[in-house]
Order: sequence, then structure tokens, then C-alpha cells
Amino acid sequence: MLAATEHLQFMTEMSNKPSTLNSLATNLPRPPASLDHRLVKVSIEPPKPWLSVNFRELWEAREVLYYLTWRDIKVRYKQSALGAAWILIQPLLTLVIFSIFFGRVARMPSDGAPYPIFMFTALIPWTLFATSVSRGADCLVTNRQLLQKVYLPRLAVPLARIFGALFDFSISLSLLVVMLAWYRVKPSVHLAYLPLFLAIELAAAAGATFWLSAMDVRMRDIERAIPFFVQVWFYATPVAYPSSLVHGRWHKVFGLNPMAGVVEGCRWAMLGTKSSPWSLVAMSSVVAIALLLSGVLFFRKMEQTFADIV
Amino acid sequence: MNSSIVVDRLTKYYRRGERPRKNGASPSLSGYVRRASHLIRATGGSQFRALDDVSFEVERGDVFGVVGRNGAGKSTLLKILARITLPSSGRAEIYGRVSSLLEVGTGFHPELTGRENVYLSGSILGMRKADITRRFDEIVAFSELEKSLDTPVKHYSSGMYVRLAFSVAAHLEPDVLLADEVLAVGDVNFETKSINKMRALNEQGMTILLVTHNMYLIQTVCKRAICMDAGRVVADGPPLSVISKYRALNLNSRNPAEEAALRKKPARMVSLFSEQKETSPDSHLTAFMRAEVRDQRMVRFMLRITAPDALHYFSVYSQPVRPIDGCVACEVTIPRIMLMPGSYYLWGAVCAVGEDRTILAEDYIPLLVSGSVEHLHKLNFLWNEAAWNIPTDEPIASETEVR
Repeated sequence: MLAATEHLQFMTEMSNKPSTLNSLATNLPRPPASLDHRLVKVSIEPPKPWLSVNFRELWEAREVLYYLTWRDIKVRYKQSALGAAWILIQPLLTLVIFSIFFGRVARMPSDGAPYPIFMFTALIPWTLFATSVSRGADCLVTNRQLLQKVYLPRLAVPLARIFGALFDFSISLSLLVVMLAWYRVKPSVHLAYLPLFLAIELAAAAGATFWLSAMDVRMRDIERAIPFFVQVWFYATPVAYPSSLVHGRWHKVFGLNPMAGVVEGCRWAMLGTKSSPWSLVAMSSVVAIALLLSGVLFFRKMEQTFADIV
Repeated sequence: MNSSIVVDRLTKYYRRGERPRKNGASPSLSGYVRRASHLIRATGGSQFRALDDVSFEVERGDVFGVVGRNGAGKSTLLKILARITLPSSGRAEIYGRVSSLLEVGTGFHPELTGRENVYLSGSILGMRKADITRRFDEIVAFSELEKSLDTPVKHYSSGMYVRLAFSVAAHLEPDVLLADEVLAVGDVNFETKSINKMRALNEQGMTILLVTHNMYLIQTVCKRAICMDAGRVVADGPPLSVISKYRALNLNSRNPAEEAALRKKPARMVSLFSEQKETSPDSHLTAFMRAEVRDQRMVRFMLRITAPDALHYFSVYSQPVRPIDGCVACEVTIPRIMLMPGSYYLWGAVCAVGEDRTILAEDYIPLLVSGSVEHLHKLNFLWNEAAWNIPTDEPIASETEVR
């Protein structure tokens, strides 16, 4: 019955209006009152000089972050014969090469531990950093399609790369555990500090990735320079050699590299090397936090124009 | 406070790329430094306005159309509303959760399977994982791709790809949907399905801002529209007036070569008018045509009804006629127009008598079909009636009822 009256009304309006098809929209039932909740307001304004981090928005985008990370991991080893085994092969090969040339040939001092395990306890944390930075630097440019077609918190894009590196790290960490057992290294109480060093490392990695990826949008030179940049950073970090080789004044400069403290700290936590890493760690954590904060601010400033330039 | 989108004096500048200098070939240190500083500060080159002082409002629950020629600023407007890029000045407010569909398949990755891509793309477009799982079967059913769900989408045909992508998009549940031409996908069946889906979403209360070149869509689903040209809003109002503005823009943009070619045409329409400016679906239509024919060749008259976007409904041709003193004239009657109420164009033309019936000269006038029709259904394309012959014997009728 109701339908009939509605129909009648519809017909009358139809005959009154000149362009009847257009009035269809008017005749449709209005949205139910339940939809009339207080709607969130989205404001669109010109770029601001600085933007703070919208943590709520980032938290709401956690599923997107998860899927972006998952996609990167899933896609990376598709159509490759060895697949995810590459996560283990890469550090192993590096270890072999360095053990031969630095350990055997150059007889690099290793703070009393066997060279392979000395190197490996630093190589695995270093690889986390190197992977984050080298994969993260071009993340905005390779995800150009996404940036230009949909809105999502831009910080999620480099963060997904860092989480991807973290996934690789968690797998290679198991290899490290096997190595430690093989060399019969007894775990010490220092091990409890490991998460702290990893936190400093992640801060440094995120900061560097935010800086580099945001700059890469404007200047593709970054992508080209990255392998070289990472290599230099590798030699500036005591991975293949002990930090005790660096003396006096240089030791202070050395600490400006956030990875120096991280790597020494990790080694100390796992091997219980005699020299205390804390002076290096203190410097490194200050630098890492500064790098993270400046990286976030720079990224947020630049992200307002990403879609126009990328 | 019943607006869904409020756009207030939006303006957007873009930089044009820098022109390479003539002697820029030889690399120099100062050259590199200059280029680096331009890249970092994003300066250099000249500016142009993609959007120029654009203001309009969209009411909650409306379907709002945006039309305009290529480069008019439609996509820039959409990108700003979707928060992909920011305006140079002015502001906009959107009330409610926003989803944007600027392309079909945002977030799809070719290496991943259909199933994986539904989750990936759905999440990127703003769906919660729980919602995707809840509506997964619905999404797949809409795409009609149940069998290929575990195949990487790189092996999909482009039609399959687009169908899956659109299905994900169609199951978003935002308050405001911003869509760019995405309905022009798939085959005719799927397109109809997509358009109906969009209507259904709108009926549930979703506000839709639609950028399209499809005038039929603008006319039939939009309640209001704007027409943009060179970054400005040049028309704002009911779809029909906006469409005619858009048509006028296109007609005025003929280049001189085209104009010259027009003058050399073998014939010219002198007049075209119809007895009724307005007609109803079941009534007749009578039109009058007069044309000049340059040489004394035989011609046919043609009468054609089109939608405002030039979609043809039907064309009727006369027998060949011989011009008298370079002139031809006729009266033509269509006994029943059989069109749904709405807006159309009535085209009159003289054509060559050959097989291809090349149009020698043409003209058009607007035609309004109005009035109430019995059992009008909003999704019908044409009106028609039939002679029903139904046996009225009691037993048969009751049997039908029982069934």
C-alpha cells in the first residue's frame, strides 16, 4: 500500500518536472536517520611550513601498513628459485668473504673472539640497517602509483620497507643463534640490553630512510648514490674490525655514526667482549634520536608536495 | 549544515617543466649546482593555474557530476578533494569518511593472486580487514571471477582485472565517494551492472562526486553538475543546462581548418523545426526540414533522435529526392515517439544516396519528452506498449494466482 502511494507521488512529480529523469535522485528515499551520526570532518588546506605527526591517523592505518609490508615480502622472492633462502644466503656469503680476506689474510684483531662470530654478531644488525636504508630510499618513487591515486598516511610507505627489513632480520637472527651455539658462546646477562640497541638502530634506520626517501622524490640522484653511500657507511661502522682500532680524537667522531654504538653494543651483549660500549652507545643514541626527529619533520614537510613532484 | 562537500575558492598552481637551455649540453659545476637547487626547492620553470578560484557545494546524498574538456582541471579538483595533493590556496571541507577511486585497480600488484589483491587493494582503499573478510564472497560474486581467484592477476585479461578491481571498489562503504571516469570499464553488461551498483549505493545515502565524459550518465544519475573549463567553473546547476554549456564549449572550439571545410560542404541545412517542442512517450512527432544542395545531386532526408551525449536511439531515412532549384524540403512524422521522459536531441540531415549514407549537412534541436506513463520504470531505456491477449477464463486465472 505504501509502495503504491509512493509510486503515485513519484508519477505526479514526474509529470510536473520538465526533465523527469533528473528528478529520480530527488525522489529516492533520504538516508536513514541512523546514518546521520556526527560525521568526521576532513579539512583540505594549502601546505603548511611544518606538520606534526598524526599518530591517530597512523594507528588507524596499521592494517594498510601490514598489507604493504606483507606485499613487499611476498613479492620480493616471487619467481626466484631460491626464494626466501636469499635472506640467509646473503649474510652467509658476506661472512665467508670477510672471514677469508679480513680474518685469514689481513689477520684483523677481533677482541679475542673467533673472527667469524666476531664479524657475524655485528653483520646481522648492520644488515637490518643497510636493508632498511637501501630498500627504503626509493620507496616513494616506486610506489608513485599509490601516492598519486589514493590518500594514505605517507609515512606508512617507508615504514613498510623498514618492517620488511625487520622480517628479514628476524629470520637471519635464527642463523646467528645457530652460529653462537656452534662457537659455544655462553649467553651473558648483557643479552638483556640487546632490545635497547635494536631500538636505537631502528630509530637511526627510520630517520635515515625518511630523509633519503623524501629527498629521492625531488632528486633521483639519491637512488643512484645509495649503494655507494651504504658501502661507505659500512666501512665507517666497526663491523669487520673492532672499534678499538680507532683511537683518541677519532673515537669521538666515530661515535657520531649511530651504527657504531649499535654494532658495538650488540657485539658486547652477545659475546660479552671486555671493552664497555657505553660511551659510544650514548653518543649514538643521541644522534639516532636526532636523526629520527629531523627525518620525520622533514618527511612531513615534504610529503605535502609528493604527489605533484614524484 | 546538510552539505557533504564545501569547496571554497580552491586554486592550484603547477610548475611547467623547465626548458633546456640551448648551450646546456656541456656540463658545468655551476650548472649542476643550479639544477640541484631547483630540484630541491622545486622552483624553476613557469607556473600555470590548473584550478582557478573554484567554489561549489555538494549536498549530502546527491550524485554530483563534474564535466569539462580534457585539461579543464577536473582531475586536479578530484585529487585535491581526495587529499592526494594540496591546493595552493583556498580550502575545502568534506563531511564523513571519504573514499576515492581515481583509477581502477589502485594498489593491485600483478604478482599477487586475485584473492590477495582483494585484501591488499581493499585495505589501501580504506576497508578494514574484518570488513573485507565479511564481504569477500559478495565482492567475488560481483566480479564473476570465482574460478580465477587463486591465479596471479598478471595472468588475467584486462577485462577480468578491471572487473575484480571495480568489485573491490564497489564494496567500499564511505560516506562520500570521489570517482573519476571509473565506470567506463568492462563490457556493456558489466558497465550497466556498475552503474546500477552506483545508483544503489547512492540510494543507501552515499554522496557521490563523479567526473565523467559520459553525458548520458550525467543526465540520468546526477542531481546537479558543474562544467569546468580552463580551471574555472563555467556552469553550475541542473545537469541539462550544464550539458548544453559543455556542448557549446566543444562546438566553439572548432579550429579554422574545420570551419573552412564546413563552408565547402556540398549542402547546408536551412531550417529544422518540430511542430511540438515537447512531446510525450506515446504521442507523435512532426518535424520540418529545408536544405540547400550545392550541386543538383539526389539526397535522402534523415531524422535521428539522440541522447544529449549523441548516443543514437534511432534514425529514419527518406526515399532519394531530387532538389528543385537547389533546394529540398520535407515534413516527417513519427507516429509514436516511444522514448522515456527526458531530454533528447532531434537531428535533421541530408545524406548522400549511396550505401554509406554520408551526412552532407546536419542540424539539431532539443527535444523534450515529458508526461506520465503507466508503469514507468526508472531504469528503462525506451517506452513501448503492447497488445495483450490474455484468456480470462476463471480456472486458468486462479491457477496462475495459486502459483
